[in-house]
Amino acid sequence: MTALLAPSTLARPRLPRWAPVVVAVAALAVAGLISLLFGWSWIALLVVAGLLYVFALPLWSRVLEGPRAATDRLMTHLVWGSFVVVCVPLLWLLILVVQKGAPVINGHFLTTSMRGVIGSMPGGILHALQGTIVVTLAASIIAVPIGLMTAIYLIEYGRGGRLARVITFLVDVMTGIPSIVAGLFALALLVMFFGPAFRAGIGGAIALALLMIPTVVRSAEEMLRLVPSDLREASYALGVPKWRTIVKVVLPTAIGGIVTGIVLAISRVIGETAPLLVTAGYNDSMNGNLFSGRMTTLPVYIFNQYKTPGATPLGAHAADPPGYARAWGAALVLIVIVMILNIIARIIGKIFAPRY
Amino acid sequence: MAKSIDITDLDIYYGDFKAVEGVNMTIKAKAVTAFIGPSGCGKSTFLRSLNRMHEVIPGARVEGKVTVDGQSLYDSAIDPVEVRRRIGMVFQRPNPFPTMSIYENVLAGNRLNAKRMPKATADTIVEKSLRGANLWNEVKDRLGKPGMGLSGGQQQRLCIARAIAVEPEVLLMDEPCSALDPISTAAIEDLIHELKSDYTIVIVTHNMQQAARVSDDTGFFNLKAAGQPGHLVEFNPTKTMFTTPDNPDTEAYISGRFG
Ligand SMILES: Nc1ncnc2c1ncn2[C@@H]1O[C@H](COP(=O)(O)OP(=O)(O)OP(=O)(O)O)[C@@H](O)[C@H]1O
Ligand SMILES: [Mg+2]
Repeated sequence: MTALLAPSTLARPRLPRWAPVVVAVAALAVAGLISLLFGWSWIALLVVAGLLYVFALPLWSRVLEGPRAATDRLMTHLVWGSFVVVCVPLLWLLILVVQKGAPVINGHFLTTSMRGVIGSMPGGILHALQGTIVVTLAASIIAVPIGLMTAIYLIEYGRGGRLARVITFLVDVMTGIPSIVAGLFALALLVMFFGPAFRAGIGGAIALALLMIPTVVRSAEEMLRLVPSDLREASYALGVPKWRTIVKVVLPTAIGGIVTGIVLAISRVIGETAPLLVTAGYNDSMNGNLFSGRMTTLPVYIFNQYKTPGATPLGAHAADPPGYARAWGAALVLIVIVMILNIIARIIGKIFAPRY
Repeated sequence: MAKSIDITDLDIYYGDFKAVEGVNMTIKAKAVTAFIGPSGCGKSTFLRSLNRMHEVIPGARVEGKVTVDGQSLYDSAIDPVEVRRRIGMVFQRPNPFPTMSIYENVLAGNRLNAKRMPKATADTIVEKSLRGANLWNEVKDRLGKPGMGLSGGQQQRLCIARAIAVEPEVLLMDEPCSALDPISTAAIEDLIHELKSDYTIVIVTHNMQQAARVSDDTGFFNLKAAGQPGHLVEFNPTKTMFTTPDNPDTEAYISGRFG
């Protein structure tokens, strides 16, 4: 017993606590030296220092601590490294959008449309904001009930039958439809009924709904599958009919995940440009009517501002034409909308989540 | 109103697999009937066929007759939902609703069926059912807390309270004490004794002493061989069963000489 517990058998040599710091400093120093020699930028310096650090510490560890500890350190570094690599573009994007978008955003920008705006006159995004909200809301109103009911059919009624398998296959196929194809389909559908020149928000809503449905079905299906059959049986055993069991037991138990899935679906389609360009077109003024007249959404607005940015005002220091600035402002607003949606989803998930 | 149940030539299937074969028995009203037998012999399966819970599983079906109060349960005119309303069930594993509080769990049978009732009536039902399940004193100060926050034994008693809150005529219990400590077990056995005056109770148990203590009649299920359907070996008053059983297999099982 004592022999087993003796430090000589259980203890392993460990790297000192300050080892990571020392290696980091050394890696930075070496990278700095190389950069100086070759005249690299600070980004290259950081990359080289990072790479050196990721491999140098495990190497030292291998010599001192043995192969298992070294592998552990290397893997930890690779996992953290991947995390950093993923975060960098994300943060970069956010910083860039805030940097370029924030100066443009003010009361006027948020409360006027582009009606009659020419040259460097201050314009706004209100019409695009309205369009985005109206079109996305309409798309959700179409897609959520269809998607949810499909998922309920697949899990609660279809039970792996032939129809259920066919539906699952079709939903999978739908997932792969390119958004522009959905847009062309919606356009063709409306043109069939209302004539060749018909452009309206509803077309965009239909196209977005087509893109949303598979995501909603898939995520809701997964969530419903997670609801234990014990709960359904408990409800049946109390003499509760199946449809009430689904509405009052199964759905509330899964609602957190279902809402998250719906919000993800919305976040995915809210930035779609191509299908809206062909179905809803572009318009400079306010249009709240989904069924008549062209309707601008934020992504289409951004696209248009970039395509026709207007001329840089004479004598101004700004190198960019005014359209570019508006596009960045609109992009920032779009990101904020998606963030707000996510926060709402989290709150709803919290409220309805099973309580433990 | 407690009801008696008559079972004639009942075969129970999971798809093509015959799980239980040729059961004949009469379960007496206002009495406790216990089922014993080795694991996998079809006790749960048989119990679930008594309130049409069996068919909830895809592919599961039943042949033969189950008659309650003169009505054949598997008649095409019978509404399974109504059957389950009258014949309540407590499951082997506690399964309170995770989205509901203790209070809501007890009232689930009423609330899920959208039965409206004044708050006072609801309070009375909750207290009566929780007292009936021997849980009232432990939870009376936290009725609004989630039902999943209780211990396993408390959850099981919550499920019993939930089942008796809808006042069924028959109560089916599938190993209600298998996850409980001796004190909770004793509490539930006391409860079964009390409930006997109002309900017909059917209980599955692996505990011989429990069967001997609580039941009036006992049924012994067994398997002829692995993969074969389970069948009812002997059905007799509990006293006879535990003193002078008709069948040598029963005696072997009860006295622990099984195999
Ligand atoms: N959902 C199911 N699908 C297919 N076969 C099943 C299902 N449930 C049970 N069975 C089978 O039916 C037979 C009887 O099972 P059952 O659960 O009724 O046994 P039991 O007597 O309750 O056992 P235990 O004492 O372990 O609870 C077993 O062979 C089992 O494998
Ligand atoms: Mg069982």
